[in-house]
Amino acid sequence: MIVPWGETKLIQGNEAVALGAVAANIEFFAGYPITPSTEIAELLARYMPLLGKPWIQMEDEIASISALIGARLAGAKSMTATSGPGFSLMQEGLGYACMAEVPLVLVNVMRSGPSTGLPTQTAQGDIMQARWGTHGDHPVIALAPCSVEECFKLTIRAFNLSEEFRTPVILLPDEIIGHMRERVTFPAEDSVQIVPKPVPDVPVEWYEHYHPTPTNISPMASFGSGYRFHVTGLTHDTHGFPTRRKPEVDAKMERLKHKITRHLDKLEDVRMHDVEDSRVVVFAYGSVYRSALAAQELLKKKRKKIGVFRPVTIWPFPDRTVKECLDDKDVVLVPELNQGQLIHEVERMTSDEVRVIPLHRVDGYEITPEEIVASVMEVM
Amino acid sequence: MPKPLPYEYKYLRSSKRFPHVWCPGCGIGIVMGSIIRAIDALRWKKDDIVMVSGIGCTSRMPVYVDFNTLHTTHGRALAFGTGVKMGNPDLKVMAVMGDGDSLAIGGNHIIHAARRNMDITAIIVNNNNYGMTGGQFSPTTPIDAKTATTPYGMIEPSFDICELMKGAGANFVARGTVYHIIELDSLLKQAFDRKGFSVVEVLAPCPTNFGRANRLGGPVEMMKLLKDNTITQGQAAKMDPDKVEGKTLRGIFVDRNIGSYMERYNALCASVEEAAGGMQ
Repeated sequence: MIVPWGETKLIQGNEAVALGAVAANIEFFAGYPITPSTEIAELLARYMPLLGKPWIQMEDEIASISALIGARLAGAKSMTATSGPGFSLMQEGLGYACMAEVPLVLVNVMRSGPSTGLPTQTAQGDIMQARWGTHGDHPVIALAPCSVEECFKLTIRAFNLSEEFRTPVILLPDEIIGHMRERVTFPAEDSVQIVPKPVPDVPVEWYEHYHPTPTNISPMASFGSGYRFHVTGLTHDTHGFPTRRKPEVDAKMERLKHKITRHLDKLEDVRMHDVEDSRVVVFAYGSVYRSALAAQELLKKKRKKIGVFRPVTIWPFPDRTVKECLDDKDVVLVPELNQGQLIHEVERMTSDEVRVIPLHRVDGYEITPEEIVASVMEVM
Repeated sequence: MPKPLPYEYKYLRSSKRFPHVWCPGCGIGIVMGSIIRAIDALRWKKDDIVMVSGIGCTSRMPVYVDFNTLHTTHGRALAFGTGVKMGNPDLKVMAVMGDGDSLAIGGNHIIHAARRNMDITAIIVNNNNYGMTGGQFSPTTPIDAKTATTPYGMIEPSFDICELMKGAGANFVARGTVYHIIELDSLLKQAFDRKGFSVVEVLAPCPTNFGRANRLGGPVEMMKLLKDNTITQGQAAKMDPDKVEGKTLRGIFVDRNIGSYMERYNALCASVEEAAGGMQ
């Protein structure tokens, strides 16, 4: 038994991701070594042969994500793990998976950039790359864990969402979360819900690989299942064959958009602490959220009250909830381990009356609770 | 125009996807016919076959055949194919690629697929240039040849695909042409039948781009060049070495049976599972 169901363990964030993948019934892993994500590939290199499941180290990150797509089309639930420079290389395959609607999980343990940057140090620099890194309009789901336990849980959720929405899901732990060790209490095995693969039940001759449905999400056959179909990165009709006809192109692009935008209630996941009755709110995610909670405690001792707002699902951005909950505030402080990425989304969803203030750190170190306290004291 | 044989029809998406995109005189359709005849001879089931491709003229082939078909990104056919094979080892995976697709942008993937001896049949249609984008030079464009991006002549040496694949570790390496069609059917059949990584390079004309730029004539003249400029290894052995100079060799260059990747991975899984079982 690889996952210590029901037990409490001291483990690393990357280890929790690997165990989460096993818990979610991963059936294929392909990857390329890169700091600070490598432990995920290393641990799965041990686990996968024990489970009799395929694991491979490919020649680069482009090959890794390409292999993932191939494997999932052959029916195997797939995951890869990488970091900034590798994530850049994977954008080609990520776009293909969005277009061909292939479920997969891409873990990007974020390190400092641009380029080789500070390979062993933390950052949240890939927030916008996760959203817009691949060319063209496309749907994106991205989740940012804030603890080792969440690395386990959100990896399972990432697999589930990818199967449910037939689209790639990006897990975005920052390096601190990936390398931190914390106590994790594993749930009972039967309490974990695994979303089954969305297999079709129609006769072979009726099968359309992108069958229009009210939910915009189509059942998906695998190669070798008797349903023969064509998959391409070219814009395609409901059967998967290339098309340039306007109604078919529009239908495809609308469906790609709507399969996310019409299910925001299922995707949105936010945490709020004292947001409602605070005039000042800190908007934070990942490791920075932990600092924000600590800052909230420090400020309580100074008899200052702040709220903390955290998106767990980063993409799609929780537009409506941010507008509802933050648009009446005096100040929203957005500390990020970058030079300002998600802050633009907060600004977009709040009126000019709200002062949206950045707090940046890009030297590869964490944003401390004291830094957040100091920023809050300046505006309070 | 010759009609396809009745049994060839059953492998085509004939009612839906035709006419095809290839130019008059292109060799790719001939390779497709040869692939179909080889598969029919092997009695493979359509449900079990996956044809993967990258980007380019050759890579448009999967849309026309009634297998499980996967048209991927430029150069990545073998990376996608590796995932398909590992995801479901019961599937028979072939990759159809052009010379630019497989050797330039996909060069890294093909040497590693060969080194691993991954269980895939790679079919490389070599027409010496990038046809789809208008005839730019590729890693197999001959020295001095004119293309859209070598207006003054090619200065880079070419890859010898078969030598490259032999050195990289492929189990089976062969070269044929779209003129010597019976021979090509046979080479493809043998390649499909091998475990591990097998490669068949198929020389084919591109009259629209390469032929026009180099004044090689039309489709017929270019076919004649394949006939006149290539010889089998058996013919070469009997010929005066001076006459062999400048000719391209056809036939099988490598046929060995070093363990395929899937054989080795399955053995690994069996051994670690056994070791883990023993510890309990």
